[in-house]
Amino acid sequence: MIEFDHVHKAFGDHVVIEDLSLRVADGEFFVLVGPSGSGKSTLLRTVNRLTHIDRGRVLVDGKDVATQPIETLRRGIGYAIQSVGLFPHRTVAENIATVPRLLGWSKRDIDARVAELIDLLKLDEPGMAERYPDTLSGGQAQRVGVARALAARPKIVLMDEPFGALDPLTRESLQASVKAIQRDTGTAMLFVTHDMDEAFLLGDRVGLMLDGRLAQVGTPLELIRSPADDRVNEFVGGTRAYLRELAVRNVRDSVRRDEHAEGEPIPARATLQEALGAMLAQRRDRLPVEGGGAILLTDIVARPR
Amino acid sequence: MSFLNIAPNRLLSGHAAGGQEGVFVLLWIVAAVAAWWRAGALAALLLTLLLPWIAGIDATLMLHLKPPTTRIQLGAGFWVMWLAAALLLLDRLRHVSAAWRAVAWGVVVVSLIVSAWVGIFNSLALVREWRAQRGAFADALATHVTLSLVTLGIALAVGAPLGYIAWRKRRTGGALLGVLAFLQTVPSLALFALLIGPFAWLAREWPALGALGFGGTGAAPAVFALVLYALLPVVRYTAAGLDAVPGDTREAARGLGMTRGQVLLRVQLPLGWPVLLAGLRIVAVQTIGLAAVAALIGAGGLGRFVFLGIGQGATDMVLLGTLAIIALALAADLLFQGLLAMNERRA
Repeated sequence: MIEFDHVHKAFGDHVVIEDLSLRVADGEFFVLVGPSGSGKSTLLRTVNRLTHIDRGRVLVDGKDVATQPIETLRRGIGYAIQSVGLFPHRTVAENIATVPRLLGWSKRDIDARVAELIDLLKLDEPGMAERYPDTLSGGQAQRVGVARALAARPKIVLMDEPFGALDPLTRESLQASVKAIQRDTGTAMLFVTHDMDEAFLLGDRVGLMLDGRLAQVGTPLELIRSPADDRVNEFVGGTRAYLRELAVRNVRDSVRRDEHAEGEPIPARATLQEALGAMLAQRRDRLPVEGGGAILLTDIVARPR
Repeated sequence: MSFLNIAPNRLLSGHAAGGQEGVFVLLWIVAAVAAWWRAGALAALLLTLLLPWIAGIDATLMLHLKPPTTRIQLGAGFWVMWLAAALLLLDRLRHVSAAWRAVAWGVVVVSLIVSAWVGIFNSLALVREWRAQRGAFADALATHVTLSLVTLGIALAVGAPLGYIAWRKRRTGGALLGVLAFLQTVPSLALFALLIGPFAWLAREWPALGALGFGGTGAAPAVFALVLYALLPVVRYTAAGLDAVPGDTREAARGLGMTRGQVLLRVQLPLGWPVLLAGLRIVAVQTIGLAAVAALIGAGGLGRFVFLGIGQGATDMVLLGTLAIIALALAADLLFQGLLAMNERRA
């Protein structure tokens, strides 16, 4: 659990975080989203004390981070950044093993954990463990960066725009990996991005940050359907926000079991956005769903119950 | 320009030995062939080896039936042609692989050492000078190497932490580098002379220091001055090495919970090491050269041969000291190049 308690931070006269309070629960995927300069990265960095706060408290599992030895604190928190920052003189396996090594794990435990992570993050190309970072693609490097952040099984993971520099396909694949791992391990994730789609796709809850304050905190659907004010509405995307809503909802929740349809079937776990895309591609207003039933255009358009 | 000079003894200056024109013509023809012929590298290699051999054998022939004090010195003609041959070899070897280049130079060095060993050059004044002073020469060489190593060690021990400070605190670093750069502009001879006073005073005030070899002259002020000169490059290259570590790598290292010491040892040192090594290469060569001047304040070393030789008017003695210093500097340079290459291959 991460708790921000009236946190305040200024660089000189410029206030970056203004009296901000927030609680991220255990096992929650929380996304901080906002334009650049809104203070979201700074807020994230107060958790592992890469940024020192002027007032207020940051608590991890109920303990004030300021009272803990800084290295102990950081070794207990996973950390991944956009530029990855892999150690160029260390192999992939050694990079992943950084924190377990600092924590003094046995060689056997480290090897087992590295193998597990290489598998988990789909890095299982032959010889990958022994390669050096400069031989990796951008996507592979960030997979290693994420693996390094998760290596010591931290209860809390911080990610600062980790996928910002990747191409769309690589990004989607990594988003899926991270979401799945977070769900399976039950870590509390604090994730910073400026990409609304990414925020809604990943976040159990999303906090929209504007000018050092949290303009609104809620589930993706809450932000889309009831924006707190015009600025939130504008940032969420106005009428385009409803397209984003389709990306958050699943076919499974709107399928009609007793209906039938012609055409290429669509999986039940697909999003409504994907279903709409398939309808447009096939020029049909209803499509069969794998495992029975059909999805109808009217149900996509209709306001969900 | 004469190929060889002949002198009645080691102190009098010689005059051109006759009968050398044939050698000149022959060698220039070889050189001309080497310049455009496709196997130029081989011709240049041959030329680089032939010149000293011809000089050595020629000197032996000339010395026959001459009084034992007679000296045969290598003339300007020899040095110019030999330098030209070496440059030609360097140029011809530009397009071959590094391994072949190393082999070619290895052949040159090994052949020369072997020929010297079997006595081909024994009649040359340079070699006779060395044979006459073998013991003193070995001592001077050892002193020179010791002076340089001690200087390098102290400069690294003092300069590396200073470099770290200069890198962490830009403003302090700027001032520090300014002072060191100013020191660099003080002529070496003047610095050595300036240090005589303070060091003599130190030795007087604390006799214990004097007993350790401290004094106005000798090794202590020499090493002190050499360290002052070495500090600027050490500090600068330490800071440059730290700068060479990507910021995000350092940030990740801190964020993952490494202590400052761990970041330094596990991230900054291995990544900045090549830059520091390149700096040490410069420092080593510079120190070996400057240490020659240290002989003037009684620190010993190969510089003694140079200055004694100048004093006596014995050109061969000067040459002996100078060539040894150059060879030492080249050896140090090669050593660091080798270390750098090893470092690169591993990374």
